Amino acid sequence: MTVHNVGSRRVVRAVCAAAQELSLHVGMALAQAQALVSNLHVAEATPEEDDASLRELARWAINYSPVVSPDPPDGLWIDIAGVAHLFGGEEELLRDLTSRLTRQGIAAKAAVADAPGAAWAVARYGAGGVVPAGRTVDAVASLSIRVLRIPVDKLATLHRLGIERIGQLAAMPRAPLVRRFGRDVALRLDQTMGHAFEPINPLIPKDSVRAAIAFAEPIGRIEDLKSVMLRLAKDLCRQLERRGEGVRRLDLLCQRVDQKSACLRVGTSKANRDAAHLTKLFDERLQTIDPGFGIEEIVLVASKVEPLAETQVQARGLGDEREEADIGQLVDRLGARVGMRKIYRLAPVQSLVPERMTRRILPLAPPTGAVWPENLPRPTRLLDPPEPVVATALLPDHPPRFFIWRKVKHNVVKADGPERITPEWWKGDRNSAARDYYRVETEQGGRFWIFRDAPTAEGGRWWMHGFFA
Amino acid sequence: MHAGRQDRLAALRLQIARLDGRSQKTKPLPFGLKALDSYLPGGGLARGALHEMIEAGHASEFAGCTTLFTAGIAARLKGPVLWCLTRRDLFAPGLLRAGLHPDRVIYAEAEREREVLPLIEEGLREKGLAAVVGEVTRMSLIASRRLQLAAEATGVTALVIRRWWTLAEKDLVHLPTAAVTRWRIAPAPSELMPAPGLGRERWQVELLRCRGAEPRTWIVEACDAKGRLALPADLADRPDQAADRRAAAS
Repeated sequence: MTVHNVGSRRVVRAVCAAAQELSLHVGMALAQAQALVSNLHVAEATPEEDDASLRELARWAINYSPVVSPDPPDGLWIDIAGVAHLFGGEEELLRDLTSRLTRQGIAAKAAVADAPGAAWAVARYGAGGVVPAGRTVDAVASLSIRVLRIPVDKLATLHRLGIERIGQLAAMPRAPLVRRFGRDVALRLDQTMGHAFEPINPLIPKDSVRAAIAFAEPIGRIEDLKSVMLRLAKDLCRQLERRGEGVRRLDLLCQRVDQKSACLRVGTSKANRDAAHLTKLFDERLQTIDPGFGIEEIVLVASKVEPLAETQVQARGLGDEREEADIGQLVDRLGARVGMRKIYRLAPVQSLVPERMTRRILPLAPPTGAVWPENLPRPTRLLDPPEPVVATALLPDHPPRFFIWRKVKHNVVKADGPERITPEWWKGDRNSAARDYYRVETEQGGRFWIFRDAPTAEGGRWWMHGFFA
Repeated sequence: MHAGRQDRLAALRLQIARLDGRSQKTKPLPFGLKALDSYLPGGGLARGALHEMIEAGHASEFAGCTTLFTAGIAARLKGPVLWCLTRRDLFAPGLLRAGLHPDRVIYAEAEREREVLPLIEEGLREKGLAAVVGEVTRMSLIASRRLQLAAEATGVTALVIRRWWTLAEKDLVHLPTAAVTRWRIAPAPSELMPAPGLGRERWQVELLRCRGAEPRTWIVEACDAKGRLALPADLADRPDQAADRRAAAS
């Protein structure tokens, strides 16, 4: 628990979870708290240090999005518009963010919403999680009016009038509301419900490499944007060259005339400072920026850099020389389209269980040289999960004579097997049974990979698992 | 007279190829099968061009044969291969059967069907690749022309596997595209083995469409570990005579 002075009073500023359970809360007098709990551990609040660590946390959160802003005393804004797909969606991003924070010992609650105010409200007083687009009003209506971020005395007045929920306040006639409580309450209400815009001022780390340009006359045409991009990229690359660094992640922040900001982020698979290539990564997505009434400032920030000593040799146009550097740039371009996580190579795993035979590795990882055992015939397509089939074998442990799969009967002409694949108990396959795999060929020549999950005597069922042909 | 006509035809073909802007350096990739290679213009599958593969047969929505056929072609080209897909049913160990080493394949996974074509095009613009394989349901004439132009510009071979999941989607496959060749692969009954077991699988490979050649059908044996097809031994030489022999024997 930490305390600070408010006038002559000593007031609780922050409490830990254990203290919260003892019904201590922020804003109560220290004397009262000590009266409630005798052996209280009290520390002097250090707002400056709190601020500094919040800024530190904000710098870390730039991993998620270029637009991050600390929201003292205890919040962070992260604008994830246009970057969520890189993490596999908003839910995934949120899960990733909170689990990482928890691992660092930071208790955090997070919410995604259409408007910053709504996210603020849902994260602090709501259930957290993702508020679906367009459902902001529903999500905040039932929340307490404390989510409005207005002075305490105004809150008290509202309480006295019996207004407890956002929904109640929103239902009030507008003009008397403004007259009675002032403009700021109405504005905060609109911001919370997503009706009014609220700018987030992005935190740009002081020591980051960046190139900025401000226009006397705002620009809006996509062609202009592109040429400005190239200029900024060249400027940035010159700076990087001096520092001997290459960029791994690049953020483009556009400040619009109406104070809204738009941002784009691209990643590269290895350090790069080729201005033309970096510009190309933005090419496709530049169209997604809505210039509105015009853009007055563009900042290009290299938010993640790595040492890059050697100058890159341009392998293009040198004829037959096929350099691996080219593939790196291709991976960047593909990654900018679908997200870096969707670009991968598959490497063999020492396992015979089909579902476990591959693992994803980075697309530019050094060649593993490893292959799967070549003498085992494996299908080219796998059904995941396997589909049940009705099959009849003449003798137990013989391949089936015919099977019915997806309501079609297939007569088996030739077959090979069984190949027994035992569960890997050391990997936690405790409940699954050994599988007997058969390769079967039907009358038409189609080849299927089907298995029985137990010997016939033990009531084994048949499953379709893959397709050779 | 006849020889003179052949010469003139060859000269005209050369001229057309030059007009097409295709570089003379990129020699077509032979299948290593005389029957196929001598039939295809140029003696093989054109590099730097768009080729379309369609699966027929009972489990055609899974494109089992086509995948191996395509992997075999990609395996015989030199360099890395980009494989663009949406469904996660591809089983990488199966590709090794056609000789496509896992180190050579980079996968790009699109969430939606319409994101696949831009990925393929992006890949085709990269000179360093050997081939781009794409699993596509819808490919319009315009989209295919874009891919064909991109492939021509860099010499990267585009291999498109047509996939479908509903009957309506299956019919889309027959709409015209700008692909240089269109193949239909269907499983065919393999050779009867003297003992229980499975021999090398056989495919019915149909050339449905090809610039400069008529449609034709072959029965071939599936890709081996180096991605090569083979002619079935009992069909390789004069299938007519073999039929005669069988008739005589019975």
